[in-house]
Amino acid sequence: MRPARHLIAAAALLVLATSAYCAEVAKTTVKVGFLSTLSGPGAGLGIDIRDGFNLAMKTLNGKLGGLPAEVIIADDQQKPEVAQQVTEKFLKKDKVDFMTGIVFSNLMLAVGPAVFANQTYYISANAGPSQYAGAECSTFYFNVASQNDGLHEAVGKYVQDKGFKNVVLVAPNYPGGTDAMSGFKRFYKGKIGEEIYTKLGQLDYAAELAQIRSLKPDAVFFFLPGGMGINFVKQFVAAGLSADTQLFAPGFAADEDIIKAVGAPMLGMFNSSNWAHDLDNAENKRFVADFQKDYGRLPSLYASLGYDAAMLMNAAVRDVKGKLDDKTAVRRALEAKRFKSVRGEFTFNTNHNPIQNYYLRVIGKDAQGRITNKTMGTIFTNHPDAYVAQCKMQ
Amino acid sequence: MTQLILEQALNGLQFGLMLFLLAAGLTLVFGIMDMINLAHGSLYMAGAYLTAAATQASGSFMVGIATAMLATAVLGALVEVTLLRRLYARNHLAQVLATFALILIANEVVRMIWGAQPVLLNTPEELAGPVRIGGFLYPAYRLLIIAVGALVAGLLYLLVSRTRVGMWVRAGASNREMTEALGINVRLLFTAVFAAGAALCALAGAMLGPLLAVQVGMGESILILAFVVIVIGGIGSIRGALVGSLLVGLVDTLGRAALPSLLRTFLSSEIASNLGPALASVLIYVLMASILVWRPEGLFPARS
Repeated sequence: MRPARHLIAAAALLVLATSAYCAEVAKTTVKVGFLSTLSGPGAGLGIDIRDGFNLAMKTLNGKLGGLPAEVIIADDQQKPEVAQQVTEKFLKKDKVDFMTGIVFSNLMLAVGPAVFANQTYYISANAGPSQYAGAECSTFYFNVASQNDGLHEAVGKYVQDKGFKNVVLVAPNYPGGTDAMSGFKRFYKGKIGEEIYTKLGQLDYAAELAQIRSLKPDAVFFFLPGGMGINFVKQFVAAGLSADTQLFAPGFAADEDIIKAVGAPMLGMFNSSNWAHDLDNAENKRFVADFQKDYGRLPSLYASLGYDAAMLMNAAVRDVKGKLDDKTAVRRALEAKRFKSVRGEFTFNTNHNPIQNYYLRVIGKDAQGRITNKTMGTIFTNHPDAYVAQCKMQ
Repeated sequence: MTQLILEQALNGLQFGLMLFLLAAGLTLVFGIMDMINLAHGSLYMAGAYLTAAATQASGSFMVGIATAMLATAVLGALVEVTLLRRLYARNHLAQVLATFALILIANEVVRMIWGAQPVLLNTPEELAGPVRIGGFLYPAYRLLIIAVGALVAGLLYLLVSRTRVGMWVRAGASNREMTEALGINVRLLFTAVFAAGAALCALAGAMLGPLLAVQVGMGESILILAFVVIVIGGIGSIRGALVGSLLVGLVDTLGRAALPSLLRTFLSSEIASNLGPALASVLIYVLMASILVWRPEGLFPARS
């Protein structure tokens, strides 16, 4: 028994996760704490947000609203406890003026209370949990991306309009995943073959794919961002399911990071997004060209959101003329949103989540033969989120 | 329905056999030297990364696997000779601390060489699609994993139960002092066992790499399962490791597949879809606990 008990104790020790975060520091005036997932299977997303943010900072000559800016970058390793530690440091030691960068909603919900209580403005460049759009909304939370449900609602609408009758839904079991399911179901009214929840970060989908095979749906909707999506699509194709079943995804799970890793099997897949690299406006053209020049790859939705987050901060600091201690003035400036987004026009709703368009994209080959997303049309115009009525902003 | 059960059973078999590759080395090391090696998973990670690197350099997955197995075996032997050997006489706590440090070092080294993002290792082109077995399609690559796993398990069983070296290993596992007294060079034997265990780790890493992700820290999560396997199977027993691996593989896969829909028959779908995945993930620990209650030494203890 003793050795067995030691072994179990040893295994428990393994669960303890490790390694410190890295920080890049430079001395200046406006401080931004950038906390994102920069390692592990979710890293592709955080890296795109970071690169988009950094590109905006380069475009702005390293300044926010004319003031020299210091951006402190840290990795949350996709772990809530690491995210909380770093946030504590950002708030207490670095005394940042803004925070941004978080990809995963469970991390957002873990750090949100501390950030809001500290009266620090959080500009979300991705995570848009329903809680922070509804009952738990905060004056200090601004979502420059979209409320989580948005992209899924758009896919649900499209799948409904196309007349699919039997759909299986796959999403990780975490706040972003439950938002995905409810978003999709809000506009898709046909039969749901099954709602499959997987572990967040799961990489082997053999059991789920066998289940899908036995359910024989005509379409599968999956929300598996980052490495999860890469593995799911690869394994879906390897299992021979792609012949009879159409895959649908929100843009989160059908963007450049996954396309690059999976390649040809992604061709013909429909997905939704509130931004696309071929949207026709001057800001977007400049952003896409600059991004490709600096990083040698096409930007994803995540990169565009990081870029917009920096641009929103820039506009707010400029409009309050650097008086960041006047919290009410900063809030008014953020709400006014005086900058041109790369996705075209959008406004903040009363719950600080965007009212915006959602587009349909399909993965195909572009003029240069690259496999990438192409915008097909608009699914929703000026679409608000479903939770705004529950938000009683103080 | 039978088709679904058959496919899930194959999935469980595939997962279980890969766990066995890890558990085999771990159980022998623990059985013979009474040494807890937490860094066993780091060898698995090293194997996956070396396979990715060698595959990229040579253009052939086969060459990649062979190179990685050889290199990881050498690496394992080096670690054993330089470090682990000094820990045998110490208690389990010291061993756990030292090998936990090894995990941290290995993860940082890999991060320094290959970066924090996962490395891409693709399934070989000819195995990327499905094949038809019986009435349904099954991924060709997973079939290959099953074949390789079964082959290695068979060879290992023959080696341990039918050869002289195997007899030494079994003798070492059941009574080390007596084996030494009989004139067997247990030290050398152990270095060899450790190197072989490392090569099996590398094989598991190489086979699972294209299916999962080659990334820093990939060894820890799977090693927890390997520990569960050897606790279930009985420490030091190859047969126990095999049975334990297959049990854990099947229970994990079938639990994940069947529990949510099973719960749905008597709970609301909202609760079932939340409770199902949570219950499924603790199922193997429930299995371990109930087996320990029934047989505290595991199913096939080497020192009975």
